[in-house]
Amino acid sequence: MSTPKIELRDVHKTFGSNRVLRGVNLSIAPSESMVIIGGSGTGKSVTIKSVLGLVKPDIGMVLVDGKDVRKQKREPLLDKFGMLFQGGALFDSLRVWENVAFRVLRSKSTDECRELAIEKLRRVGLGPDTADRFPAELSGGMQKRVGLARAIATSPEIIFFDEPTTGLDPIMSDVINDLIRELVVELKCTAMTITHDMTSVRKIADKVAMLHEGVIQWTGPVDDLDTCGNAYVDQFIHGRADGPIEALR
Amino acid sequence: MAALSALHGFVAGIGAAVLGLCQSIGAVTLFAIKGVLAILVPPWYLRELFRQIMKIGFYSLPVVGLTAVATGGVLALQIFIGGSRFNAESVVASIVAIGMVRELGPVLGGLVVAGRVSAAIAAEIGTMRVTEQIDALTTLSTNPFKYLVAPRLVAGVLTMPILVAVADIIGIMGGYLVGVNRLGFNGATYLRNTMDFLTFGDVASGLVKAAVFGFIITLMGCFHGYNSGRGAQGVGRATTNAVVSAMVLILAFDYLLTELFFST
Repeated sequence: MSTPKIELRDVHKTFGSNRVLRGVNLSIAPSESMVIIGGSGTGKSVTIKSVLGLVKPDIGMVLVDGKDVRKQKREPLLDKFGMLFQGGALFDSLRVWENVAFRVLRSKSTDECRELAIEKLRRVGLGPDTADRFPAELSGGMQKRVGLARAIATSPEIIFFDEPTTGLDPIMSDVINDLIRELVVELKCTAMTITHDMTSVRKIADKVAMLHEGVIQWTGPVDDLDTCGNAYVDQFIHGRADGPIEALR
Repeated sequence: MAALSALHGFVAGIGAAVLGLCQSIGAVTLFAIKGVLAILVPPWYLRELFRQIMKIGFYSLPVVGLTAVATGGVLALQIFIGGSRFNAESVVASIVAIGMVRELGPVLGGLVVAGRVSAAIAAEIGTMRVTEQIDALTTLSTNPFKYLVAPRLVAGVLTMPILVAVADIIGIMGGYLVGVNRLGFNGATYLRNTMDFLTFGDVASGLVKAAVFGFIITLMGCFHGYNSGRGAQGVGRATTNAVVSAMVLILAFDYLLTELFFST
């Protein structure tokens, strides 16, 4: 069995009195698309941020390519990652092409950066006329696409997608889901997505992990999702208020 | 028993406030050290530095100039009225010059820029925090301290002395305009009195103060923005705290620096 691309071993994280992660164990194989599902506030974003080093686990270990991230040099490690943030997180003061080519702005000439940005924008379905606009001038769907173009700009080995379809209409959501799937296959990269959107899950995922109360309750292939027999998964995918996941009323 | 409990609560309150103050001072100091280290160690974002110099320095010129010209004019008028009580009207030019260069230029310039720049920096960085743009910087292999904090600190330290130098000149010109046109001084005599009584030490101390105030203004903006709470309320609070703390620190450091420069 090959070394997992990403592995979380017994990861714990507490903020004040809130124990968000209580021993997360998760393994993602190279070129696999893993989708983490779970209710709001169950620690999905904290899990992704733990891998990126934006949040430091209290206990446990995060491994990328079999090596503990704490023992790896930060910049080369981060160069392996691309990330699409929930709200896009585009830099307001920079033009779209500068956002897309941000990682290479200092190492390449302006013309090369622009060219790279326009090529990546085209890949996500945006024309070159978008390049000189500011993020605030774009619609939500276009901002997501620009965020996607930025995430794939340097063809990273691992891409994280944080709620990629939140705030989009169903048609635009479907377009973004298709794009994500195409790009993951095309770049042969490892993908980790967190979402509530079951349509996204079925389109994007090879494997699914259900996170609840700070631990992974179930993980398995997306095809087994409907027949896994896990009560948490069953309640979540059918959107029922009754079940082991307590819903506030 | 109730009195003892009230006393205990009072002492505990004082203790909590002192601990909170110490914690805040420690956090600001550590933030400042990280900011200064980010200035000293490459990579340097020169384009970002140029942009901040324009935003902090160039675009503050109108408001600083307006404050300076008004202050210089009013100062000339006040000193003339006060001085006339003991036949000392002739000191107007020299007091306006010394007052502007030593004290009013740096302090009023600092307070005005604090209101404009600290708030803008805190709001911008706070919004970046809330909208995950700072996390995005990190994932794009960019140290937020080097990209966001260092250029602003350098821009503040570089531009404030220039702004204050301009404010000094404009303030003295404001005094000149009132002195010559309203109070009937001879123009050449007014200028000669201005130049004769100003020393290099007066000008240098004002510019050093300005550089320190520039650091304080940008540091407070960056610190409160970087540690901004969530949502619009969090950013709003960060902006208010940045302006208030910058102004309080400017006044405190003004006294300390004046003691340092002029105590004999």
